[in-house]
Amino acid sequence: MVRFPGSCDEVDALLACRRFGEAELLWHGERTVGDADAVVIPGGFSYGDYLRCGAIARFSPVMEAVGRFAAAGGAVLGICNGFQVLCEAGLLPGALLPNTGRRFLCRQVEVEVASAASLFTRACEWGEVLSIPVKHTTGRYYASEEVLDRLEADGQVVLRYRHGQNPNGSARDIAAVTNRERNVMGLMPHPEHAVDPLTGSTDGGRLFESLAAGLVPA
Amino acid sequence: MKARVLIRPKEGILDPQGQVVERALPALGFEGVSNVRVGRMVELELEDTAGIEEMCERLLANPLIEDYEVLLLEPAADPAS
Repeated sequence: MVRFPGSCDEVDALLACRRFGEAELLWHGERTVGDADAVVIPGGFSYGDYLRCGAIARFSPVMEAVGRFAAAGGAVLGICNGFQVLCEAGLLPGALLPNTGRRFLCRQVEVEVASAASLFTRACEWGEVLSIPVKHTTGRYYASEEVLDRLEADGQVVLRYRHGQNPNGSARDIAAVTNRERNVMGLMPHPEHAVDPLTGSTDGGRLFESLAAGLVPA
Repeated sequence: MKARVLIRPKEGILDPQGQVVERALPALGFEGVSNVRVGRMVELELEDTAGIEEMCERLLANPLIEDYEVLLLEPAADPAS
């Protein structure tokens, strides 16, 4: 679990990971991800979101290590600000733009599993609906039409906001995408805030469960 | 050398901030304003301008969603001279 100055969801995400496996925090100045089987980039406001969300974080030493880890096939999950960082780093296609409504959003949304073939959704069924909160100002997924067509054709769209629930104006209701190799995924909703019945939904746990299941040797 | 980099959302990309500004202007009596785009401006002092394009491509702008324009300005006048 990477921690940048300005991260704020790393502890929730760390605890969510620990429900399904072992997890440790990784400071942004680290030059290696150690013996991690997967890396999670959490939500927050890395480096104060200066310039653009994720623009500075992508040049941190740990992100160079994450880039090498991803290139070698390692599983990388970016949540919210982590999604923005992965897009800025070029590890995921597209970019996140300010919400069409201009406002900070904080609400529960329903997303549909558009691909259960990913490392991050393999415990889910195709079409399954997950209730997970979003909380962001800059979450409108954008990519060119050609790239969007390719993402859909290649099954790289993993989660979509349910019809009528797109909170931020994301292209084609996209809530989560993977890279072409499908080992890196970014999503705007916060699965780490939906792992305990206390907060109303445990659907977010399905993603951590999927990730952990894929890493355990059979 | 002083440089000014103007960064704005690419044409065709919805700019909600620009729309809000555009809608606010008539309320002040300014009619006939359209296509308002809100961006940002970065000012730099450079010893050498050779790297400025690369700075824009790699950090100052995200070329996927933003256009940028570099203006090279005269060095500021030295008050002592």
